[in-house]
Amino acid sequence: MTTQQTRTIPIAGDETILRVRERGLWGQAWDRLLKNRLAVVAGIVLIVLIVVAFGAAVFPGIERYSPSQTAPREAFQGPSWSHFLGTDNLGRDTWARTLEGMRISLQIGIGTQVVVVIVGVLVGAAAALGGRLGDNVMMRIVDIAYAFPDLLAIIILRAILSERNWPIIGSGDPQIPGLSGEVLQVILAISLVGWVTVARLVRGQMLALKEADYVLAARALGASSPRIVFTHMLPNTIGPIIVAVTFGIPLAIYAEAVLAIIGFGLQPPTASLGTLVFDGYTYYRASEWLILVPAGAIATLMLCFTFLGDGLRDALDPRGRR
Amino acid sequence: MAGYILRRILAFIPLIWAIATITFFLMHAVPGGPFDQEKPLPEATKRNLEARYNLDGSLLEQYGTFLQNLVKGDLGISFNQDRPVTDIVRERLPKTLQLGLCAFVFALVGGLTLGVVSAVNQNRWPDYLGVFVATVGAAVPNFVVGVFLIIFLALKLGWFDVLGWEFGNPRKMVLPTVALGLLPLAFIARITRASMLEVLRQDYIRTARAKGLQEFKIIVRHAIRNALIPVLTVAGPILAGLITGSFVIERFFAVGGIGTAFVDAVMLRDYGMIMGTTLLYAIAIAVVNLLVDVAYGIADPRIRY
Repeated sequence: MTTQQTRTIPIAGDETILRVRERGLWGQAWDRLLKNRLAVVAGIVLIVLIVVAFGAAVFPGIERYSPSQTAPREAFQGPSWSHFLGTDNLGRDTWARTLEGMRISLQIGIGTQVVVVIVGVLVGAAAALGGRLGDNVMMRIVDIAYAFPDLLAIIILRAILSERNWPIIGSGDPQIPGLSGEVLQVILAISLVGWVTVARLVRGQMLALKEADYVLAARALGASSPRIVFTHMLPNTIGPIIVAVTFGIPLAIYAEAVLAIIGFGLQPPTASLGTLVFDGYTYYRASEWLILVPAGAIATLMLCFTFLGDGLRDALDPRGRR
Repeated sequence: MAGYILRRILAFIPLIWAIATITFFLMHAVPGGPFDQEKPLPEATKRNLEARYNLDGSLLEQYGTFLQNLVKGDLGISFNQDRPVTDIVRERLPKTLQLGLCAFVFALVGGLTLGVVSAVNQNRWPDYLGVFVATVGAAVPNFVVGVFLIIFLALKLGWFDVLGWEFGNPRKMVLPTVALGLLPLAFIARITRASMLEVLRQDYIRTARAKGLQEFKIIVRHAIRNALIPVLTVAGPILAGLITGSFVIERFFAVGGIGTAFVDAVMLRDYGMIMGTTLLYAIAIAVVNLLVDVAYGIADPRIRY
């Protein structure tokens, strides 16, 4: 009885409130994001880079040369009209290789976050809602994961997953078009470490939301548990997850680059941006373009994702704004 | 306080055990063994080698022996260098620690200065400059910084050496320190600026101004003290991250520290070395976190354990 009264009173006759609400929470967040110039520029740069990098896989005219096509007579050239960004030690075109590397680094960055979100949300929600035992087990795992240096674990996992003849992530021909088994190994190695952050985030959000008044109200009205979780609680955790993912992508790109630079990279001739930095490091005395270009590309990707993440965080969490 | 520290140290034991166990089984799951080569060894030779390095017997038996030795502080022998792991670690640890601490001091001093200067000059050009450095520095990976430093300052201008690490020799210290420390510097600058702005709005700062104290004294004596607390909370993870996350910088500048030793050990399936370096890292992180929590309690009297 009382519940129904309090639910109707604030809305009745107050049209100004209604008109503001028309935009919706997501619409308001979008407006706030568009006001952040840095985030908008970063977003546009990212879209352009993603379109060009993946478009080059469909239209070879963008790359102009095959990334693996060697021409030993044309090795170590500087930038020119025939080779936009010069050539490497085997005469391969740096522009084509950088586009391929960007494609692979983006696949790894985004793919990692797909796995991380799926695992993280499931585990985090299970810990928060599944009773005390599950929660304790989860928190002990988190404790250990935090005591274990991320890169250390990623390096060992990468070594464990390599040289296997497993389906899909094995070392043979790619079974998912455009996504090689080796790239999937890297994605798996990084996400096996990365899910902990999202799981902890989701757990914290869910624990707080469990006690929120509107969840209690929904429960009092007789909503079923799955309905409460999926229609009321999950949408309210999406904002922080989006932010975590946007910051997670550059971290994954960085982790892959580290793997490549210390010698756990992809099998040649496939090259991620990290591999290109590694190759460039070997030959920077002959041509510094070989290392400056991929290093600059990684920096650009990471900067853009971080700026976009900053913008999204401010836009999606109105309470946290200054 | 003493009781709290003791409890925390006792909690290290299960943590170290868990990490040792996980690492043990993970590294044995890496395909290939330390004696696999292009040309296979004769069966008898391989058996003798495995007996010498405690690799015969089932995995569980190996695990049992390993735990017994670990309790005695014996990490085994490095297969690759045929020397006790503890010797190699003792030799290489100082370089990684020196590099990590130098980068930490650089990040702390630089970050605090940048943050305070930014906050005091809010919305004027030093602030914009500080925010720019903090925003860009926080997103650019350390090896990219390293690449640009090597090419422009070492190769083109010749101010610094390209390779090597030698404590006390600036030509060999500056570049790795800056490359490793720039990212945490940016992070610290950001936090310092935000917390400084917060503190400068407090009533007691207004009181200090009202009674006519010099602005410089207000900032140094009153504001920075309280603005430091949030920085202190992140200082621990940052220091731990600098010591354990220097793989790439160690490789780029040929520092010859623990990071390189760990990477080589994984490559060569040098089980003793993998274990030794991993445990060392885990202990370093645990100790640093404890130190920071203790420092936190000293800096902020509101915190009681």
